[in-house]
Amino acid sequence: MTSAYVESSLTALADALAAKAISSVELTKLFLDRIERLNPVLNAFITLDRDRTLSMALAADARRAAGENGPLLGIPLAHKDIYCTQGWLTTCGSKILSNFVSPYDAHVVEQLKQAGMVTLGKCNMDEFAMGSSNESSYYGPVKNPWDIRRIPGGSSGGSAAAVAARLAPVATGTDTGGSIRQPAAMCGLTGIKPTYGVVSRYGMIAFASSLDQGGPMAKSAQDCALLLNAMAGFDGRDSTSLDRQAEDYTRDLAQPLAGLRIGLPREFFAAGMSDDVRAAIDAALAEYRRLGATLVDISLPNSGLAVPAYYVIAPAEASSNLSRFDGVRYGYRAPDYLDLADMYCKTRSQGFGAEVKRRILIGTYVLSHGYYDAYYLQAQKVRRLIADDFREVFKQCDVIAGPTAPNVAFELGAKSEDPVQMYLSDIYTIPASLAGLPCMSLPCGFGAGNMPVGLQLIGNYFDEARMLRTAHGYQQVTDWHLHMPEGL
Amino acid sequence: MQWEIVIGLETHAQLQTQSKIFSGASTAFGAAPNVQACAVDLALPGVLPVLNKAAVACAIRFGLAVNATIAPRSVFARKNYFYPDLPKGYQISQFELPVVKGGELTLLVAAGKPGEQPYEKTVHLTRAHLEEDAGKSLHEDFHGKTGIDLNRAGTPLLEIVTEPDMCSAAEAVAYAKALHALVRWIGICDGNMQEGSFRCDANVSVRRPGAPLGTRREIKNLNSFRFMQQAIDYEVHWQINEIEDGRAIQQATVLFDPATGTTRAMRSKEDAQDYRYFPDPDLLPLEISSAWIAETRASMPELPSEMKARFERDYGLSAYDATTLTASRETAGYFEECVAAAGKSNAKLCANWVMGELAARLNEADLGVAASPVSSSQLAGMVARIADKTISSKIAKDVFEALWNQAGPDADNIIEAKGLRQITDTGAIEKLIDEVLAANPKSVEEYRAGKDKAFNALVGQAMKATKGKANPQQVNELLRKKLAG
Amino acid sequence: MSLTLDQVGRIARLAHIEISPAEAAQTRDRLNDILGLIEQLQAVDTAGIEPMAHAVDACQRLREDSPSETDRRSDFQAIAPETEAGLYLVPRVIE
Repeated sequence: MTSAYVESSLTALADALAAKAISSVELTKLFLDRIERLNPVLNAFITLDRDRTLSMALAADARRAAGENGPLLGIPLAHKDIYCTQGWLTTCGSKILSNFVSPYDAHVVEQLKQAGMVTLGKCNMDEFAMGSSNESSYYGPVKNPWDIRRIPGGSSGGSAAAVAARLAPVATGTDTGGSIRQPAAMCGLTGIKPTYGVVSRYGMIAFASSLDQGGPMAKSAQDCALLLNAMAGFDGRDSTSLDRQAEDYTRDLAQPLAGLRIGLPREFFAAGMSDDVRAAIDAALAEYRRLGATLVDISLPNSGLAVPAYYVIAPAEASSNLSRFDGVRYGYRAPDYLDLADMYCKTRSQGFGAEVKRRILIGTYVLSHGYYDAYYLQAQKVRRLIADDFREVFKQCDVIAGPTAPNVAFELGAKSEDPVQMYLSDIYTIPASLAGLPCMSLPCGFGAGNMPVGLQLIGNYFDEARMLRTAHGYQQVTDWHLHMPEGL
Repeated sequence: MQWEIVIGLETHAQLQTQSKIFSGASTAFGAAPNVQACAVDLALPGVLPVLNKAAVACAIRFGLAVNATIAPRSVFARKNYFYPDLPKGYQISQFELPVVKGGELTLLVAAGKPGEQPYEKTVHLTRAHLEEDAGKSLHEDFHGKTGIDLNRAGTPLLEIVTEPDMCSAAEAVAYAKALHALVRWIGICDGNMQEGSFRCDANVSVRRPGAPLGTRREIKNLNSFRFMQQAIDYEVHWQINEIEDGRAIQQATVLFDPATGTTRAMRSKEDAQDYRYFPDPDLLPLEISSAWIAETRASMPELPSEMKARFERDYGLSAYDATTLTASRETAGYFEECVAAAGKSNAKLCANWVMGELAARLNEADLGVAASPVSSSQLAGMVARIADKTISSKIAKDVFEALWNQAGPDADNIIEAKGLRQITDTGAIEKLIDEVLAANPKSVEEYRAGKDKAFNALVGQAMKATKGKANPQQVNELLRKKLAG
Repeated sequence: MSLTLDQVGRIARLAHIEISPAEAAQTRDRLNDILGLIEQLQAVDTAGIEPMAHAVDACQRLREDSPSETDRRSDFQAIAPETEAGLYLVPRVIE
């Protein structure tokens, strides 16, 4: 028997907690019990700690008893295992951090703790966020709750599976080239990557520093907005964190969509999208027309270069970011070695998985002497071309729409032999990442194998509120986002 | 000369900030290992750098002090390599766009050979940039292992690079000393070479005149001027010998061994280091406004070069004297106080005493000017008495000694107490001379016979009779007069 | 642009990663596949275009110079592989 609470929105949960219809401890136990039952199959969580979780719930109840109330107080959530959480194992899905108990909290974790949220556990992910299928984790692949023979998407696959299977009402994820949006699409969830600089990266283990952004994954745009309110904000410990006036991302949710101009990049609607995805997207766009939006034909001429540019820039930054994993101050150290150089090599070779090693090698190569100009510098120039395309396009439309991924979730193992094939599935999500624009995915139907399809929205810089409203308006007249996998 | 020597210097000056360049950990010297290594310094997963304003302020001050260009926009870059004292596996430095470009330092090079005059030399700077220091490796005491202390990791450094302008070890050392004095003068670095606050690397090569530049070798981590001189001298001789014996110089990094006085190549790596510099994505471009530069300029003390020029102009001092007196702010300050008390007309005399006797005594006692037992006003008092002929220069040495030993509160007091007043009364001296002449008829005869040495003997007798207090010029004059008839 | 096994070896050494002889050929092939993907960038005319290093159009914020961190050595070293007398230990480093 499934409690209704596991389906509830954040607002409904907040109301129930405020009305003392349920306590945070009771609510948390509901989720913990589901996790206990379903996680062995789904492998969504790497680390669980029932006692620690319940003590957080107890503390939240005490705060409530003392008169506090807030939209997130006492509500459980799951953290992608890329966020440093003090006292919890923080692995980043990697063997090299398989013994790393973080001595500090990430800014995002601090913020959500302050809001009174309860940590259910740390979610599985592609190793160091490098992947689109959550098959590269040291802790084994995550299964898509809609069909456990299929991947959930990546790299925030564990977070997506957790929310989709109702093991957590919300989860944090990170998105570098699509790692929130794509698993959200593949698991029937709503997830946002905010404008670069809106969410602090302090404590969010770095993959590609100029692209990484943290964001919420939830069952609806409204829930995402509520979580984003607590995640966003200036942090002096991150030089790329922007010092802007605080925003309430829920403020425009109810605004009608009449007159909204939705741009459809022809490059996103060319060949490459599978027919079932196409059908769901077309149906969604028809719905938007009914809501009063105007569909505008636009072009992002350089977007075809986004995947190659990304696969120069991201590995380059990653190759440098991952140099600190050397077995000296924390983390895994190889048990046997001859000398210092051997210790470094063995530690890193044993500690990193194949995909991570590949990306480190590519990254090292494109930065190396004689190749820097041709690869890295060239990719950064192409990046500017892509960003400039968006600037142009936002003169003609308010929000951009298209598919999040070219296919629904594929079977485990189907693409893991060919990394390039895997990379190409990021074709729609990468351009907005390179530009630093806010973007999100929301469910818009089902495709082959009854697997969820995601619609991607891309907003202009700092225009999250309008983008969220665009999603919310659709979610008021459709119910794709309320579906949940059967039999769980 | 058969061989030309070409030397460029790179200096790493630790900046005197309270906290590290990219983290809020303290930079205080002498703490227990790793207690000043915070999460950012340890490169824990997820940490990020934030730039220290005071480090930038130091860079601006330096740029202004050497007349360089301060870049309105500069970029931090990652220098990637693996070493246990480099926690991130990269050093945050600056590569293509440093904060300071160009600049120059004019200095005095001491005479190499006796009789040679010191000469002025201008050394041009290529650039100066901000970067972070690494930690320390301790190789002893750990049963075959190395211990890493990361307290120093993240300390701000200014790396100052010269053009290959120097042509001798003497020039290199003179530059290093002048740079050392300058960074202390403007208050950006304490210059403590034993503690590693000021470290020099020398790039040395040799060539035949007119030939292209030779292959250079880099002598790393010279932490004393004496070692720098020895190391460069040795390296130059070594390179010349190698070439003359028909061997080519391989580019290498070398270390100086003070025990043997030799340079030795470090263990070479198979592949030359490829640092893969790229702009650090965690740091945004550093912008320095002209307002900030102007504000800094207004708050800077008079620079040694400016003060030197002023000393030459206002006090009529030579370039050598002016440079020596402006070697440190403390010395210059002491000198100016002395002149203020003794009078501008006595500037040269003050300069001589400050650079001469005072400097020698302070050096011997290993004291800084600030700790001098003789205050500037005491010295000024003594100088005034030399100038008004109350005492002779010779007697002044005794007065100085007494002041040094705190025998009296001032020169006048000591002169009175010891009866050191010069005898200047012409009548008294004439009387004295008559007595000496009467007592030394033989010398008088010899002098009149043409032996000049006899004159000195008579002068000697006269000074002896007055226990040195007679004014020597007067004795000379009057004696000649009397002997002349 | 195709990498040879030698080049792969050199890159691996720079990155301090070991590629065993068994893995070498496959690694080279996979890397060359990826290079094939990114080759497309070469053909693009980017004359006069400024590289985009950051998604943020802002300049570096400056921190006030005051020590703000406390001594957490015992916490940090509790998770270290090997320490002694407050120092991190590694195999002997030879200069």
